[in-house]
Amino acid sequence: MAEKPRLKLPKEAKKGDVIEIKTLIPHVMLTGLTKDKDGKTIPRKIINKFACEFNGKPVFSATIEPAVAANPYLQFTAKVEESGTFKFSWTDDDGTVTTAEEQITVT
Amino acid sequence: MRQLSRRAALAAGASGVALTVMGWSGKARAGVKEAADEVAKFTGGNTAAQGKITIELPEIAENGNTVPLTVSVNAPMDADNYVSDVMVVSEGNPNPGVITFHFTPLSGKAEAQTRIRLAATQNIVVVAKTSKGEFYTGQKQVKVTIGGCGG
Repeated sequence: MAEKPRLKLPKEAKKGDVIEIKTLIPHVMLTGLTKDKDGKTIPRKIINKFACEFNGKPVFSATIEPAVAANPYLQFTAKVEESGTFKFSWTDDDGTVTTAEEQITVT
Repeated sequence: MRQLSRRAALAAGASGVALTVMGWSGKARAGVKEAADEVAKFTGGNTAAQGKITIELPEIAENGNTVPLTVSVNAPMDADNYVSDVMVVSEGNPNPGVITFHFTPLSGKAEAQTRIRLAATQNIVVVAKTSKGEFYTGQKQVKVTIGGCGG
């Protein structure tokens, strides 16, 4: 169901750098307020939580409401002191969690 | 089955579009009060000081379906004193909540960008909370030409 998320962050950085991370996941983000052409309410279905951690430690997360646009885009920063792995997760209203990982080399 | 005439097909298409556009406009919108209530829940009754917050939004959003929003808080991000949560509240959407960012000292900066839906011309209110329990707030008006949910 959920399509592959898109990530953009540097592959390498210097110790202590604050790097920029851009994320996007394809998702319709149904608000639960719209109606179909028969007048029936389309149930809410959104990504309600995003989280990013680095080497197991939380970096950034977001609690998302239906007022976030379709294909939720998030851009934020991370301070890197060591090489390691960023883990990203998106939680859907139906409980599905989509995850992604990205390595960074810090010198 | 009888084949749909071009006129019937067009009419059906148009009514479908009209209904989709009507989506949010018929609902009661969250008002200034609901937004204030949402902020009060977040601050736990503490007063939020004006300042330290920068909100970047277009002055006029032509399409309310996707409006770029950048929020940054000019405060230290040290291990013992950092901006932990930043809540974005709408005064003119069906629901006041928009998004809450949770930062850690590993974030480096209390800054995040996303894209939001706006139903109508309104104020966007941002409240930031620090790990020491201090609150800061800021707001910005955005004019919406075509609402993000019709309207």
